[in-house]
Amino acid sequence: MSVDKNTVVKIAHLARIGVEDKNLDAMTAELNNILAWIEQLNEVDTEGVEPMTSAVETKLRWRQDEVTDGGKSEDILKNAPESECGFFAVPKVLE
Amino acid sequence: MNEANRSGIIQGATGEWEMVIGLEVHAQVKSNAKLFSGAATEFGGEPNNHVSLVDAAMPGMLPVINRECVRQAVRTGLAIGAKINKFSIFDRKNYFYADLPQGYQISQFKQPVVGEGCLTIELKDGSTKEIGIERLHLEQDAGKSLHDQHPDLTYVDLNRSGVALMEIVSMPDMRTPEEAGAYVRKLRTILRYIGSCDGNMEEGSMRADVNVSVRRAGAELGTRCEIKNVNSIRFIMQAIRYEAQRQVDILEDGGTIEQQTRLYDPGKGETRAMRSKEEAHDYRYFPDPDLLPLEFDDDFINEARESLPELPDVRKARLEETLGLNAYNASLLVAEKENADYYEALLSAFEGLTGKPATELATTAANWVTGDFFGLLNKAGKSVSESPVGPEAGAGLLALVADGTISGRTAKDVFEIMFETGKAADVIVDEQGLKQVSDQGELEAIIARIIADNPGQVEQYKGGKDKLFGFFVGQVMKATGGKANPKLVNELLRGTLDK
Amino acid sequence: MSDLTKLTIAQARDGLKTRDFTSLELTEANIRAAEAATELNIYITETYDLALQQAKLADDRLADGSAADLTGIPLAIKDLFCTKGIKTTAGSHMLDEFIPTYESTVTANLFRDGAILLGKTNMDEFAMGSSNETSFFGPVINPWRVEKEGKNLVPGGSSGGSAAAVAARTALGAIGTDTGGSIRQPGSLTGTVGLKPSYGRCSRWGVIAFASSLDHPGPITRTVRDAAIMLSSMASYDEKDSTSVERKVPDYEAELTGDLKGMTIGVPREYRLEGMADEIEKLWSAGADWLRDAGATIKDISLPHTKYALPAYYIVAPAEASSNLARYDGVRYGLREMPQGGDLDAMYEATRAAGFGAETRRRLIIGTYVLSAGYYDAYYLKAQRVRQRIAEDFNSAFKDVDAILTPTAPNAAFPIGDKMDDPIAMYLNDIFTVPADMAGIPAISVPAGLDNQGLPLGLQIMGPAFEEGVVLKVAYALEKAAAFDAVPKEWWKA
Repeated sequence: MSVDKNTVVKIAHLARIGVEDKNLDAMTAELNNILAWIEQLNEVDTEGVEPMTSAVETKLRWRQDEVTDGGKSEDILKNAPESECGFFAVPKVLE
Repeated sequence: MNEANRSGIIQGATGEWEMVIGLEVHAQVKSNAKLFSGAATEFGGEPNNHVSLVDAAMPGMLPVINRECVRQAVRTGLAIGAKINKFSIFDRKNYFYADLPQGYQISQFKQPVVGEGCLTIELKDGSTKEIGIERLHLEQDAGKSLHDQHPDLTYVDLNRSGVALMEIVSMPDMRTPEEAGAYVRKLRTILRYIGSCDGNMEEGSMRADVNVSVRRAGAELGTRCEIKNVNSIRFIMQAIRYEAQRQVDILEDGGTIEQQTRLYDPGKGETRAMRSKEEAHDYRYFPDPDLLPLEFDDDFINEARESLPELPDVRKARLEETLGLNAYNASLLVAEKENADYYEALLSAFEGLTGKPATELATTAANWVTGDFFGLLNKAGKSVSESPVGPEAGAGLLALVADGTISGRTAKDVFEIMFETGKAADVIVDEQGLKQVSDQGELEAIIARIIADNPGQVEQYKGGKDKLFGFFVGQVMKATGGKANPKLVNELLRGTLDK
Repeated sequence: MSDLTKLTIAQARDGLKTRDFTSLELTEANIRAAEAATELNIYITETYDLALQQAKLADDRLADGSAADLTGIPLAIKDLFCTKGIKTTAGSHMLDEFIPTYESTVTANLFRDGAILLGKTNMDEFAMGSSNETSFFGPVINPWRVEKEGKNLVPGGSSGGSAAAVAARTALGAIGTDTGGSIRQPGSLTGTVGLKPSYGRCSRWGVIAFASSLDHPGPITRTVRDAAIMLSSMASYDEKDSTSVERKVPDYEAELTGDLKGMTIGVPREYRLEGMADEIEKLWSAGADWLRDAGATIKDISLPHTKYALPAYYIVAPAEASSNLARYDGVRYGLREMPQGGDLDAMYEATRAAGFGAETRRRLIIGTYVLSAGYYDAYYLKAQRVRQRIAEDFNSAFKDVDAILTPTAPNAAFPIGDKMDDPIAMYLNDIFTVPADMAGIPAISVPAGLDNQGLPLGLQIMGPAFEEGVVLKVAYALEKAAAFDAVPKEWWKA
């Protein structure tokens, strides 16, 4: 499988990474290079093999339903690029 | 809106169209802490206060699942007769949004914790219909964006971020707005019965994404539009009506329906396409590598099953079959668990006070609860749990009617006083001297006097004017200040006049 | 007093306990050494004032008898571990002003035991790299160089700053993370010991995530014994990490007997690459001989899917990263770039274009692509199936052998800039280290010799999951036999 420039544009947007037009050709070529190298996985017979879900074989642990956290809005907002009145602030979103 | 629309059939110039409706209900799980963090689920509060480092997606933070949320999802699955999956997977649903801190929502995509189930809805005409449920899964709620606080900024509050939701997805089995309304009502009743969600739609603890399409009767499914986040049953029904008509108008004009995410504007009564959802989505689901598969055993399921109360359908059947209630009363009583609980507590007290079997008292009690009792509660804007008159007090009132101490008419007045003052029925009857006159001798004397005073009427009555019987009853009541035992008055008057 | 910076952790521990010197003296010596080595660009943030305060407290503990093994030992911490109140950058412009309000579990464990923080070490951005050249803060320079060429070499990556700190004798030990080899490969390239424990052994809580199912915190030290001492402190069961495993942490130091009698060591034929340098081949055979001499039986084994570990890794790791790094959006912390008049999406795209370096962006794009509609099955699921095969290879191998011996890296340190234009050539650095990450099994790199240019080379020991004790035991025997005592010339002091 290989990708074209339009696909790269689409994927970059899905990843919310701005890409300048002048870099698109190089990026596309690079990506195709890597994808071609990855293709060798098709040599492996994985018929009937379950995809690995975790490297550890333990059961998911459960927390008890207790309130043990919160009340630290100062910490939560401490590193915010922009905050107002205890809220995070972002450019206006139109729904 | 016309009648045809109400029935789910829309008459177009080119023929009839049928609505096809499916609902994804998001119900907030009743729990103290969030799905994957120890922050409180409490509604409201200062912004960003019920937020842990995990909910704010700080670098290096990891989710740990709350057992209670899993238990509630399993209980809910059992209550809708659904398949419980002992092995399920949490996936990440990836998308960017200001109030989605992780850049993904932890949800369940391919392997949900609950599989197929079914809900029976009742329609106004008394008929029932089965609505299939495709699945129920657990997921995180997002934070809240406030768009109206600042001219150029959107504010983000993460208090909701990470709260557990159950997404309950129906099959596209509904054909009318009424069915959709009945489905949500029924689901809400069940969730509230078992206590897995408080069902509070105003606070957003229950909301629905509504999928609507139209088609020629029996034809292939049409392209659907999804109306996001509708937060009342009335709006759900209105949105469906509007959206179906909009689609029919487009199709009738030769257009095609574009698959879209839309918003319902209750002010305008319209749906409109969401700007932020214009682009095609690609959520890139994959199993969350911070979590392992969710697994539990039969013991966990059995424990959840044993914790379930009697469910509304079963309870309704029992009230009808063992107590002889009619379907209408039974429906009203089981619609909320606290209503049915009140009724049964009252009936049991009533039994104790009168020594009569429940079957004999059940209908009297049901009529009173669904009539006088609900009437006054409604007027006062109170719920059953807020009623100043408890089930024992209510039974005390009914017992006074049953043993003839007061008349049914007087009981209404006494109840109003009970409701206002919280006093017991017998205390009020004593204080206000409302006890009815059941002394046969006293009543006979009064009747004799009335007959003597009204010879003309007696003659007319005897001459065949039966309607005058009421006149005599009225005279007796007037003479006793309304306290005469009506049953006894009837008997005595007949004995005298019909001789 | 001998040069305190040359001590191993074990020696320093003993010297501190017998009061031969104080933690303050030890810490000051290391700070002086670090100050003389700024040219190596080891630290992103130096915390010398804090270190001196911690050293005084450590001396109190040493005096009152409440000291643990690491009390008073100055360490360098990879800047991927969140440290409360201390800037934590992940080597990225995105987080170059980020100050966590919390302490990672692993660093909290180290500080509980009295370890001293010299600083936060430079690293490849978000741990994505094998040469430390993707750091926003510039490359780390390997203390080792080829004398007659005098070129700056890479220390390996991504924990290059941590490895260089230990190799240059500016810290007694360090911690790093290993996702595809990021502890062991720099260990090999700098002549240090790098231990990647089993997945689930050391908590990931508070470690900035690269690829959740592959990220492993672990120590980088000068000796196997030091690695054992550090792991005993770092490892713990952590209720805050759902993938942490509830198992007793053994006394690893007690495993270091040097006696391998009754053990079988596997040598997998698939690690014999075509075109691999002779000297690496030779070192590998020497390693097998040393282990045989220590009492072990050597057995040829096969790990048939070895070759596919790296391409599978380059699907799984970027896929997880594309999701893990979605949180860097300029809303709650980190960089925000706001184009004039732009909307939220414009802010996201500008922030992430400016905040992430080229290699990170490349991997995020790959990761997004392999998860996108229509490609998920062909790439992501396929890779996870191959990963299962790789894990099965190890499982069946460990039925016959106690541990596996391989080279750590296919080459020694290379000049800065050499592989930056060829991502795949760079990725191949991790060809021997990635399989253990994919399977979650413990693995260690031990410095075993020098190549013909005088640069260090490591050998790797892999063991079954949660058998760090076995891995350390074999590594210790290997270390004794190899008797690697070369140190880099301190050219940066000139």
